[in-house]
Amino acid sequence: MLFITGVCVFFAAAITVAIVVFFFKYHRRAPNAVGIVTHEDSRLEAVWMIVPLILAMAMFGWGAVIYVDYRHTPQDTLDVYVIAKQWMWKIQQPNGLKEINELHVPVGRNIRLIMASEDVIHDFFVPAFRVKMDVIPGQHYNTMWFRPTKPGRYHFFCSQYCGTNHALMGGWVTVMEPSDYAAWLSGSSGGNANAAVAGEKLFAEKACITCHVANGTGRAPSLNGLYGAQVLLADGSTVIADEAYIRESILQPNAKIVARYPPSMPAFQGQLTEEQILALTAYIKSLQSQPVPEKGSGIAPPTGKR
Amino acid sequence: MSNTPPTPNYEMPRTHYLNATYGSGLRSWLLTTDHKRIALLYLCSVTVFFFIGGVFATMIRIHLLTPTGALVTPETYNKLFTMHGVAMIFFFLIPSIPAVFGNFLIPLMIGAKDLAFPKINLLSWYIYIIGGCFVLYSFGTGGLDTGWTFYTPLSSVYSNSAVTPAVIGIFINGFSSILTGLNFIVTIHTMRAPGMTWFRLPLFAWAHYATSLVMILGTPVVAITLLLAGLERMFHLGFFNPALGGDPILFQHLFWFYSHPAVYIMILPAMGVVSEIIPTFARKPIFGYSFIAGSSIAIAVIGFLVWAHHMFVTGESTYAALTFSFLSYLVAIPSAVKVFNWTSTLYEGSISWDPPMIYALGFIGLFVIGGTTGLFLACLGLDIHIHDTYFVVAHFHYIMVGGAVMGYVGGLHFWWPKITGRLYPESLARFAAVVLFIGFNLTFFPQFILGYLGMPRRYHTYPPEFQVLNVLSTAGASILALGYLLPMIYLTWSMRYGRVAGPNPWPATGLEWKTESPPPTENFDVTPEVTWEPYDYSNRPDLGLAAPSPPAPAHSDD
Repeated sequence: MLFITGVCVFFAAAITVAIVVFFFKYHRRAPNAVGIVTHEDSRLEAVWMIVPLILAMAMFGWGAVIYVDYRHTPQDTLDVYVIAKQWMWKIQQPNGLKEINELHVPVGRNIRLIMASEDVIHDFFVPAFRVKMDVIPGQHYNTMWFRPTKPGRYHFFCSQYCGTNHALMGGWVTVMEPSDYAAWLSGSSGGNANAAVAGEKLFAEKACITCHVANGTGRAPSLNGLYGAQVLLADGSTVIADEAYIRESILQPNAKIVARYPPSMPAFQGQLTEEQILALTAYIKSLQSQPVPEKGSGIAPPTGKR
Repeated sequence: MSNTPPTPNYEMPRTHYLNATYGSGLRSWLLTTDHKRIALLYLCSVTVFFFIGGVFATMIRIHLLTPTGALVTPETYNKLFTMHGVAMIFFFLIPSIPAVFGNFLIPLMIGAKDLAFPKINLLSWYIYIIGGCFVLYSFGTGGLDTGWTFYTPLSSVYSNSAVTPAVIGIFINGFSSILTGLNFIVTIHTMRAPGMTWFRLPLFAWAHYATSLVMILGTPVVAITLLLAGLERMFHLGFFNPALGGDPILFQHLFWFYSHPAVYIMILPAMGVVSEIIPTFARKPIFGYSFIAGSSIAIAVIGFLVWAHHMFVTGESTYAALTFSFLSYLVAIPSAVKVFNWTSTLYEGSISWDPPMIYALGFIGLFVIGGTTGLFLACLGLDIHIHDTYFVVAHFHYIMVGGAVMGYVGGLHFWWPKITGRLYPESLARFAAVVLFIGFNLTFFPQFILGYLGMPRRYHTYPPEFQVLNVLSTAGASILALGYLLPMIYLTWSMRYGRVAGPNPWPATGLEWKTESPPPTENFDVTPEVTWEPYDYSNRPDLGLAAPSPPAPAHSDD
């Protein structure tokens, strides 16, 4: 930032000073006077192409490093779900505690927001943390992460124009000491069902359970141990089963077909609310620690076999 | 001014394009195929849209005086900034310089009688008017609240405003742009006077050549994109709506594929204007002619490859973001080359303080700020923070208002004597230029700071800590408004009462100044032959200037 500002201020000032100096110094002396012809100089032209180019590349590199770091989520994050809708933010803590237009996080932890929109495109923007990310309706989650360093209350805004009350769609991030955060979580969780529990209920209600049988004997692969594992697809490629993959497989099951299984699952696009999708995802994630059946799983065999 | 040659008492030519009688009255204007009259039709119609857009802007700035909003409801506020954007971008900025000055000047500058397709030229004005009527209909019946960017699925599903007529209007208007671009390209290729080689073309013509390429290649994409959004809205076809299997991000790719290059449709012609004004009022050949001409083409080409820098925080692939950031930095270089060459042209010039020069120098100052703040936005790490904040608003207003509109008003002052045959009050014009410059900076510079502090754009209400900067900005806007009203008044006044200008009042070297002011309908009595290099003041005894001082000592490597 300082570097770019410095370079820009330098060039803007240099040009302005040159213009002002020339403007007065070479002010027309006589009504019919003409200027002195200056010869074109390709060396000079080359200099003022190459020097700005080098400076620009330095800016590019610097910005790129920050961006790549921002887009690469570290391990060991505290995952918070964010659902945007016209014109509010519904936020769900890892233990299922729900907040509206408020986000509580502990200081010093890497926080990952997993974000979905129920209607139009929104954008979660915390100016104090220098982070923002669009929240897009449809088949994929956007995620973003940050690591709060100082307790306090910070504004967050919706920064992607989303309709009438766009400007009211904001709130506060409260950064707390970890102990305060823990106390806050346990103190006010009454009445909030754990997301995974709600997901388990839905899993039965929506009849997912009839095909996705846990022991692998169903028409569809068991979901035990799925989250975070490599899934072998029908076209021979593999994909990591992260939130985005799970979401896509619920909404558009035919987008990526698991090897050895027929594409028989109905698409749930438009059938589930974002909250229901979150609950199902949370439930499937909670199956991570369950034993994986030997047959009847979509998980890719260890690469050694190939 | 004492430093311009004493002007003989010219008289207006007896017949010229304004009073030539073929048919009479309104009919002779509405059915004209004269490029100069069509240019004036455009001048009137873009002024109407500029005025409409300006009224919306005024209301926006008044509303933002207080944190809770001083004037209108949230719905109305959203409509105001949307309609401000649509009116200004599609119906003022994009047609402004090309359709007014490009139309008027390109045939004159290259020594032709008219554009290559005069009837198509008239058609493109009618298309513009029809498109404009659809958009005005949309403004009048419920307004438009999607933002000028029409992001889906907000525009195609959720908005309750009159999106469909607006989208149809912009779709129709696109053809006007395409036809104008086509006309310019064919004209510049085929209708140059004897001796007018490519490298003797005025830089204004080069800039319009580059602009026309963008118009022809880009406009069809945005037209069809908006049409798809309209079809999705009317018939629920799933292009962009995820609930119907569409992809909302696809819209952004298609939209910016045109709308980023469209920025160059707005700024390149203004750069062309400045490239004419600077050598004229420094009375010396422009420094680095071929580099300025080449940089116009480079901007038009690279400008097509940077569109996804509007989408760094949509979750697009990191590799795509890196590529688009890199290319965005590349496009900065040709713009920098132009600025350096303009500044060098001033060196050892004979600089007059005539109003067009004040506007052109103001343009450079504002364009440099607008351009360098683009470097902040192209920087991936920084863009995460300042994307969709007032920083962006300030940046593009510096380019489009500080740049394109300054160039437009500067051009108006430069060619006004050619268009109307009369001069305007110079001191008043100089004063207006300074008022514009100060008012503009006071309006938009605070917005950079607002954006950096985190105020998102398109907010009808904001946290109280942002109030001081918003009040500053509104105060600046009232000065800016004065800066626009002044020229409207004295230019109109001068049409009747201004001093008669004569064919070449500045004097300038272009072919357009070789004919009478205002020019006859056929432009030239005799087809001119070009024997001099562009902006050459040394070998032009006909301009009545002093013999040039001996040229500066040549460099050892020349």
